[in-house]
Amino acid sequence: MRDPAAEIRKGVRAAAPSIEGGPRLSNRARERIAGYLFVAPDAIGLLIFVGGPMILSLSLGFFSVSGFGEYAFVGLGNYRRMIADPLFWRSLEVTILYVVALVPSLYVVGLGLALLVQTNSRFNTVVRSLLFMPQTVSLVVVGLVWQVLLVDKIGLFNQFGAALNLQSISWLGDPRFALFTVIGISVWFLMGFYMLIFLGGLQDIPREYYEAARIDGAGPVQSFLKITLPLLQPTSFFVLLVSTVAAVCGSQTFDLIYIMTKGGPANSTSLAIFYIYQQAFLFNEYGYAAAMASVLVVVLMAITVLLFILTRGGRFTYG
Amino acid sequence: MAEIASRAEFSADDADERRRLHVVRLVLYVVSSALAFMTVAPLFYMLSMSLKQTNEVFGTNLVPHHPTLGNFVYVFTQVDFIRFLWNTFFVSAVVTVIALIFHSMAGYALARLRFPGRDAIFLAMFATFLISQPVIIVPLFILARTLHLLDSYAGLIVPSIFNAFGIFLLRQFYLGIPRELEEAALIDGASYFRIWRSIILPLSRPILSALAILFFLANWNSFLWPLTIISDQDLWMVQVAIANFHQQYNGSWNYIMAASTVVALPTIVMFVIFQKRIVESIKTSGVK
Repeated sequence: MRDPAAEIRKGVRAAAPSIEGGPRLSNRARERIAGYLFVAPDAIGLLIFVGGPMILSLSLGFFSVSGFGEYAFVGLGNYRRMIADPLFWRSLEVTILYVVALVPSLYVVGLGLALLVQTNSRFNTVVRSLLFMPQTVSLVVVGLVWQVLLVDKIGLFNQFGAALNLQSISWLGDPRFALFTVIGISVWFLMGFYMLIFLGGLQDIPREYYEAARIDGAGPVQSFLKITLPLLQPTSFFVLLVSTVAAVCGSQTFDLIYIMTKGGPANSTSLAIFYIYQQAFLFNEYGYAAAMASVLVVVLMAITVLLFILTRGGRFTYG
Repeated sequence: MAEIASRAEFSADDADERRRLHVVRLVLYVVSSALAFMTVAPLFYMLSMSLKQTNEVFGTNLVPHHPTLGNFVYVFTQVDFIRFLWNTFFVSAVVTVIALIFHSMAGYALARLRFPGRDAIFLAMFATFLISQPVIIVPLFILARTLHLLDSYAGLIVPSIFNAFGIFLLRQFYLGIPRELEEAALIDGASYFRIWRSIILPLSRPILSALAILFFLANWNSFLWPLTIISDQDLWMVQVAIANFHQQYNGSWNYIMAASTVVALPTIVMFVIFQKRIVESIKTSGVK
């Protein structure tokens, strides 16, 4: 695994017909060996750096880990502590609010934008790229730019607000608004991506269906409800699943909070994923953090299953 | 009779209908232009503020009255920005190249070669798609510490290579390549490695270049992992550097925006150059 070149060389030797007259491998065996060797680097890497940590995370939750790396088995201790930790419950509450607000917003905005720019024209190509542009910028930069735009009183948003005779709002400093500000920025950042995913789905719907519906006298609303939405079901499932995962534990969730609010004010933006990070790397509570991460994984799995049932299997392909 | 009547009615409506369509199209143009402008406006303000002098930063004017490059000079002289840019470029480039080689090999095997357990392996790989890095950050950190990967380039590079998304897209692509090409080569006695190297790789140039851009951008922009495992300032990635810069120069927004512009500009330029490829590859990644 450490030396891919050696592995490839081995693969060549195994796959090459042995001209020197050694024991010839059957074609079937050659194909098998080549298959395993080709998959090996990624399979082993994913096992070590994704699958392994996932399993490690589930078991780490039963240990208490000191800053020096000493482990002590504490059974359900971390979980008991969690139940009694008001900040943990607060972070779950914030996470649920964030998901419930962000996922439907992204769905509606993404689909809306896709419908708006779905016809292929040079103009729409430019508009699509511009709408996608925020995605290319890092979340650290996004967080910094929005922070300066939203500065109290003298920030651009509050200046424009003042011009419209609105009261100056502390977008990130007021516990009533901070989370919704972050949600708005997340939508701005992510919408271009989901727009493109929806565009891909829309293009797979045969034009003739719309033609037929129009001849039958269906209006645009009707053909949207009766043709677009049902045939978009696989895309919708994909979008809901991916955006839910992203909302619970995506990097945009963590990065934005880290840069903009650090969980504040008054813990109003303390998303679970950020609280876990704080516990682990600010207070060295690795075991406790892992236990909370396990709860998050269970919640995510439950959401996935629920989505699967709600979308009746959520097939990724038609038919 | 009825048919002729209705047809006449239809053509009378036609001109009306066309006029209505014109109005609709005009409204769509205006709405989408406005939305597109509002979407990129924050980025233009970032650029604008990076060119403004301290006393002008919070002016609503997009074009600076007295544009200056002083903020950029300040950023590059106050912190070792060149080094952070180089670190980030190096890590992103190495991750991208290795990931593309591995993913292409795996994608090819999963799409084409028959071996026991193939579908199970693919499914297991695909399942990791749903595990995002923040969820496993604690065990990943402990693993990296155990393997002595903290504060090293290897620590930045190795764990970032593996992701199911690339494998998935490449497998999808290889499923669509006609088999005949490889079969001819097989009959000629070519090894599978030869086939992958000289037939499959050249054929996958378009998708590989699209993925290369996406991987490079993702690594250039990554923040959490470099933040977690690097404490040695010489190894800082650029995103960590500007996050720290922000804390150090809190309130000096013209400097912070100049630093942000330096970090964001390469990715924006890359996107503008390769937008067609990027847009197409994402559009097809959703449902397959």
